[in-house]
Amino acid sequence: MAAPYKTFTAEDLVQLRNICGVERVIAREDIGEDYCHDELSGTYRCPDVLVKAMSTAEVSAVMKYASTNNIPVTPRGSGTGLVGGAVAVFGGILLDLSGMNHFLELDEENMTLTLEPGVLLMEVSKFVEERGLFYPPDPGEKTATIGGNINTNAGGMRAVKYGVTRDYIRALEVVLPNGEILTLGGQVAKNSSGYSLKDLIAGSEGTLGIVTKATLRLLPLPKYKISLLVPFPDLPAAIKAVPQVIRASAVPTAVEFMEREVILAAEQFLARKFPDNSADAYLLLTFDGTGKLEVEKAWEEAADICLKCGAMDVFISATQERNEAIWSARGAFLEAIKGSTTEMDECDVVVPRRNVAEFVMYSHDLQKKHEIRIRSFGHAGDGNLHIYILRDELDEKSWKSKLAAVFDDLYHKAAELGGKVSGEHGIGFAKRPYLAESLSEAEKMIMCGIKHTFDPQNILNPGKVISL
Amino acid sequence: MNIIVCIKQVPGTTQVEIDPETGVLKRDGVESKMNPYDLYALETALRIKESYGAEVTVITMGPPQAREVIREAFMMGVDRGFLLSDRRFGGADVLATSYTLAQGIKAAGTFDLIICGKQTTDGDTAQVGAELAEFLDIPHVTCVCKLGSITEKSITADLDLPLHTGTAEIAFPCLITVEKGIFEPRLPSYKRKLATRDREITVLTLDDMSDKNPKHYGLNGSPTQVKRIFPPENHNDRQVWEGNDEELTKKLFEYLESGKFLQQLR
Repeated sequence: MAAPYKTFTAEDLVQLRNICGVERVIAREDIGEDYCHDELSGTYRCPDVLVKAMSTAEVSAVMKYASTNNIPVTPRGSGTGLVGGAVAVFGGILLDLSGMNHFLELDEENMTLTLEPGVLLMEVSKFVEERGLFYPPDPGEKTATIGGNINTNAGGMRAVKYGVTRDYIRALEVVLPNGEILTLGGQVAKNSSGYSLKDLIAGSEGTLGIVTKATLRLLPLPKYKISLLVPFPDLPAAIKAVPQVIRASAVPTAVEFMEREVILAAEQFLARKFPDNSADAYLLLTFDGTGKLEVEKAWEEAADICLKCGAMDVFISATQERNEAIWSARGAFLEAIKGSTTEMDECDVVVPRRNVAEFVMYSHDLQKKHEIRIRSFGHAGDGNLHIYILRDELDEKSWKSKLAAVFDDLYHKAAELGGKVSGEHGIGFAKRPYLAESLSEAEKMIMCGIKHTFDPQNILNPGKVISL
Repeated sequence: MNIIVCIKQVPGTTQVEIDPETGVLKRDGVESKMNPYDLYALETALRIKESYGAEVTVITMGPPQAREVIREAFMMGVDRGFLLSDRRFGGADVLATSYTLAQGIKAAGTFDLIICGKQTTDGDTAQVGAELAEFLDIPHVTCVCKLGSITEKSITADLDLPLHTGTAEIAFPCLITVEKGIFEPRLPSYKRKLATRDREITVLTLDDMSDKNPKHYGLNGSPTQVKRIFPPENHNDRQVWEGNDEELTKKLFEYLESGKFLQQLR
């Protein structure tokens, strides 16, 4: 890809090594293949140099050097993204923040946790839950970094009740492309002081600034949790029950849908049977709360609604071992689908809740139309779907053309229903054309203007989210 | 066929407190649940019921709140429930527990097959099944990992023994204890919960037993004296090795072999 950037030289390598040391500045020939791609998107490019930053000061110094010398910089956490957001598509510096992985302060009075961006999501939940606290966002990929979660505004299953990552960010320390360090937000619960830049950074996919520290809002850990696995004769019946369940007195923590084919793939992948196989479609509901009776009342009400809506039964899972049987399967869906084919790509659209069934049925029909295998599961409660298009034995050419045709259909249908291109995985590199198509000219201009204000040289994660 | 499944209510977590003076688990105020191993025993009984036809009865010993696990068993498809509950049963060790269960099972009626989980997650002795069979004077096998054929007279089962797998045919009436993972346990059904809400649970006390001598039950009937209970030490050794694929593979193999982790594969 041609780019208006300086060609990376041996002198640049020396200078960066002066900032971060020889060991943490890795020359191109020694960079592992894993740093050239992410988990899924097929976006591939080896960076010119890999820099493993260990402090805000280092990030700032690297950015100063990059901006003075016009070298592109791509920030990266665990590399678990699905849309190429952390791939250095213009080469240059890949700035690995996963080593900045320290907990800095737990403020129990303000119920906040301040930490570095490289802490893994699973470490965050373990750390706070051991202390009776709760960080609600719960994206499926637990080995993602919190920095990655902030940058994609990751959602996850508990979004129905608790919202998404952005809702839990109190403050951010951000290094701007010119190396300047900003602190956005603060230890305050309310804030009407000008434009909310921290909320803009959340979900900006590392294109506006580099998050080097975050203060997260915590809640008390709900003491009681229960999951309901609800079999339905078919998917439309299952999805039809969702609005009624959510409208009932207690909002469920999560509302997931799953279909038999995906469950079978997970069974095979895990070599473990799912606790039930009576139905073609299931809803998986969870409820949490601080009182046992409160949680019991909530789930019984939801169970009654499900039965009225045609559920075949409602199965109850209240213990660790019962939950494991269900959630290990749910957690393995992505890997299981991936394991069942040669290559795949995904569509992470979000549509209004009432249109989930229509959209999933539409994706089923596309299998016939395009003669390609498509699998899906997702968050029925918030309308965010994960639709996977599977290559199987297709040759490169027909795979690419069929994939493009399926994506066109899916994104058009989503737009028609009032949906958006990405619910939680972000736009990155792979979904840019679909975002561009979905935005009005005015929106595009504002977005480009924001990018230009933060990053006039376009050196920070260039080629992502929007095309300048 | 009549099948009896022995179940137990155990603490819901491993984070339980122990009374420093008596060395007994503090059960008050602690969330409880069905012993996870018993779920496999129940599932095994319910699969036999579905394939061959059977009446499945659960029996548990415990305080009145142990009814909860019987209700859960009903929600899985069990037909009848007995609760052995009497203050005089309290403080029982493995032997007294097995004896009380044997007396309770005799009082509950006839049976062809008794199924127990391999062990409980609180006591972890894995002795109750075998001792119960001895008290009832019936044959038993433990660690059943797979069911074979079932005839009117016997059941065939594979046993997961330390160094090999055995197969046994056992004549009814008999007792088996089953391994974790023999079948994936079904989840309790809300429909069944509604349907069995009013189903009676029979409570049996010492007065219902044929042996009414209180010295044979509870703390009095327990030869075991517990000196101290403490949680096992939590070992979390980590080693980091460096090297190329071949070196690391060799090192890992040697490590697993020296630790005898590979014994069963040979």
